[in-house]
Amino acid sequence: MMSPPDDKPIPMSPSSETAAASPSPASAMEAFKDDLLKPYPKKVARKREKQIVVNQNKPNISLPQIQANVRTIPGIITQRGCTYAGCKGVVLGPTRDIVNITHGPIGCGYYSWLTRRNQTKPPTDSDENFIPYCFSTDMQDEQIIFGGEKKLKAAIQEAFDLFHPKAIAVFSTCPVGLIGDDVHAVTREMKEKLGINVFGFSCEGYKGVSQSAGHHIANNQLFKHVIGRNNTPHPGKYKINLLGEYNIGGDSFVIEELLERCGISLVATFSGNSTIDAFENAHVADLNTVMCHRSINYVAEMIEKKYGIPWIKVNFIGAKSTAKSLRKIAEYFGKQELTDRVENVLSEEMPAVFEVQNEIRKRCQGKTAMLFVGGSRAHHYQDLFEEIGMKTVAAGYEFAHRDDYEGRRVLPDITVDADSRNIEELHVDPDSDLYNPRKTPAQLEILKKQGVEVAGYEGMMAQMDDQSLVLDDISHHETERLIAHFKPAVFCAGIKEKYAVQKMGVPCKQLHSYDYGGPYAGFKGAVNFYREIDRMVNARVWGLIPPPWEQSAAATGSPGTLADEEDPDLPQSHARRRTPVAGSDE
Amino acid sequence: MLLRHTPTEILERSALTINPAKTCQPIGAMYAALGIHGCLPHSHGSQGCCSYHRSTLTRHYKEPVMAATSSFTEGSSVFGGQANLLQAIENMFSVYDPQVIAVHTTCLSETIGDDIPQIVDKARADGKIPAGRHVIHANTPSYVGSHVTGFANMAKGIVDYLAGGDDLPKNKQQLNLIPGWVEPADMRELKRLTRLMGFDPITFPDTSDVLDAPQTGKHAFYPKGGVTPAQMARTGASIATIALGPTTAGPAARALENKCNVAAHVLGLPIGLRATDRFIAELRKLNGGFVPPEVLDERGRLLDMITDMHQYFYQKRVALWGDPDQLVALSEFFLDLDMTPAYIVTGTPGKKFLARIAEVLGEQIRATQVRQGPQADMFLLHQWIKNKPVDLLMGNTYGKYIARDENTPFVRHGFPILDRVGHADFPTVGYRGALRLLEMILNIFMDRQDRNAPEESFELVM
Repeated sequence: MMSPPDDKPIPMSPSSETAAASPSPASAMEAFKDDLLKPYPKKVARKREKQIVVNQNKPNISLPQIQANVRTIPGIITQRGCTYAGCKGVVLGPTRDIVNITHGPIGCGYYSWLTRRNQTKPPTDSDENFIPYCFSTDMQDEQIIFGGEKKLKAAIQEAFDLFHPKAIAVFSTCPVGLIGDDVHAVTREMKEKLGINVFGFSCEGYKGVSQSAGHHIANNQLFKHVIGRNNTPHPGKYKINLLGEYNIGGDSFVIEELLERCGISLVATFSGNSTIDAFENAHVADLNTVMCHRSINYVAEMIEKKYGIPWIKVNFIGAKSTAKSLRKIAEYFGKQELTDRVENVLSEEMPAVFEVQNEIRKRCQGKTAMLFVGGSRAHHYQDLFEEIGMKTVAAGYEFAHRDDYEGRRVLPDITVDADSRNIEELHVDPDSDLYNPRKTPAQLEILKKQGVEVAGYEGMMAQMDDQSLVLDDISHHETERLIAHFKPAVFCAGIKEKYAVQKMGVPCKQLHSYDYGGPYAGFKGAVNFYREIDRMVNARVWGLIPPPWEQSAAATGSPGTLADEEDPDLPQSHARRRTPVAGSDE
Repeated sequence: MLLRHTPTEILERSALTINPAKTCQPIGAMYAALGIHGCLPHSHGSQGCCSYHRSTLTRHYKEPVMAATSSFTEGSSVFGGQANLLQAIENMFSVYDPQVIAVHTTCLSETIGDDIPQIVDKARADGKIPAGRHVIHANTPSYVGSHVTGFANMAKGIVDYLAGGDDLPKNKQQLNLIPGWVEPADMRELKRLTRLMGFDPITFPDTSDVLDAPQTGKHAFYPKGGVTPAQMARTGASIATIALGPTTAGPAARALENKCNVAAHVLGLPIGLRATDRFIAELRKLNGGFVPPEVLDERGRLLDMITDMHQYFYQKRVALWGDPDQLVALSEFFLDLDMTPAYIVTGTPGKKFLARIAEVLGEQIRATQVRQGPQADMFLLHQWIKNKPVDLLMGNTYGKYIARDENTPFVRHGFPILDRVGHADFPTVGYRGALRLLEMILNIFMDRQDRNAPEESFELVM
């Protein structure tokens, strides 16, 4: 791996074999953790020590504490991105009818131009869709020296003159904060002048410790400038919003269709396949359902405070979770006709799903997975692996907080550090006209007794096995060691990790972009994912990597077969695979 | 229509860039730094920059792109990033053991005014840089130039920090080769041609065997390719430096001339017939006047394809967007095919580009619309196309939206290519590279003709 040039390669994790052979699984995992920390300078090791946890998931024992949402260690090779990415890229990116102008040098707008795969489907060819466009003020040194407000104003005017959009949003990049451009003053002025909604985000990349700060900033501004502007009643009977679903690979399309079949009306999705009109009207829904807790729980909480709409955690990733989420929504509304309709849809969908599960489980049962991504997917996707008999041995988030690991019950114990304090916490009061609690405290209590916890999230660790490994903000070094030690059948991460992992002989599934596949949500998506993982972990190519002349003597003279003994360098799941013989079907 | 809001009527803009034909400096610096053996590129700024650059390079190459970041926070933005960079240097050497750390700046650290050499000196004084290891740097403010400038600046940084050997006796076989921003396959091809011409090139930056690493089941954190510091320390003994691409490779070649007194020969990128001819002619001047028969045969095969297939090229109008060195070379090549470079757009600023384009286009310039710099973007290019269509689009992946909307044949070339493969594996430089370009262009023209032909004129032989 990290062999210095002109030198012999350093043997990979020399102590890992002994750790793996150790009799006590508890001490083995702790020993592995110690080994992981060894190359770090002391100060770094002390910090990482708290962000790497051997899970304790036993009855009557509370989950161990993990350190999360803390500064990234410089030089460590992190997966994380910045606040701008979380704000413009993640939360606002999927909305099709806002002209999103990046205020800054060209790069930030360029890299967030169409790269996140949030699909959108305008109802007609003439409806607005600005997603294929990149708008930037392309800041030059002149603006760095003399300020960029004038150019920003002109850019907003030009965007208006060209497109006459319903709304224009402005996203600040790093230098904007430093040179002191007041984007909010500029957007206020232009809003007055143009008569459309114009608003800004102070989402400079250096704020916070990861994308997470950008989500929070996006939530705040959506709440301040957009939600609640349109009080038109929505005709639906069971009206919900879907929060934290970004329509990667068409996930929202699947969920939209499913909800419709159940008779549930979707007022707004934040923000997959969304429009600003839907955002403005979101407060007329009667329930907020939260997919990605990390990126959007702020909006859910603020809407609850201001308008009295409760929120529940849902998960449409995995067939079981999808069914559970639909039932949860039905229970919340408590109407038999809705329950019946949901059950009807489930009975239509589930047999086909079970059939594929059974077929694929034969080939995937007992294999292992690792998931290091995002702020909810590393948890949600464990369900899908479970459904085909695969076990998650290690997982972690890129930018989550302690509550996403340990559950919301730890919220009061989370220390607010300087980095979090920099992100505005909006003070929200009930709206004097529109506050209307959809459920009384007594009704909420009854729901809780039925197992529908309102405003609750259990977190990732409660679902993970005892002695599994949980790592927050994993580094490249740790990724490499984990793969060498555990040899998982599949590793889930993002584009930056993808090819390094695959070069180690292990297939890597991107859970940000879905490797340009999907959808993976709902029942249809679950089936897609089972088949995708089956394809990946059972692909013949992984058994073809060592040339035949480097395999053991048993293979020579008999092309197409692999030696019986395992290649110690190959991941366990592939080592036993035989090189396919032409015409044979394994 | 995906670009449904692009109007035919052109409104001059002065502030808003739409669908840019450039990106920012640091990504070029990161790409160049990957062309040093055993090097860990380091982005001194917010961690998003590093993440975006690694992601874009990875999507283009489908290869691991390792790089670290200073992970600025609000505090570092106020007080400067010295503490972050010092800690990063210590961590990188402890955990990843690089031979070279190549630091580039970002708009954030440039606006703050961090002095990288001073911070590196402090790291050295504090004992954080192991003996024999190097920390080099380039200033790459994102609000100046473009990704191309960043590449040029890091290539020059390699010279500033690592070049040496002007006291060594001159080695007549040894030649410095600076390929500019081209693909790993191009670098491999340029080295092959240089060797055929009798030289032993020191090539930098050299991303071949770095960003086209083989699948072996073992990840080489530092792949085998890239120029070594030891090689750079001998560049002063070379008989000449050939820099391919005035924009990307020129500054490094001139720096090497000043530092080590090696004559800089700055040429255009050898894409196409005549640009490759000039490259070979320059090497011929230096090797005592011979061109090996293999090279002549390759040239002949290229000419053969042009003569044989000329009817498919003749008077086809092409729209080009991308980077100056590529655009100049491609324009000349298309002209040699009797094609018409109709529109040329680059977001990269720089005084000499328009003059170079004018020089290669000659009389043709009157039939060509060229735009460079601010608001020279793909939105404007698309508007031109809407006003008068073209037969071929050639540029990076972002062209696919125009290609689909306008139903126009599209050949991907340049950076980034996010949705096709082959660019890292098969060169487009040299005579053989030109042959590949022709193959790509012909295939798309002929596929189109096959698709559109009425049944009665559907041809078997073409």
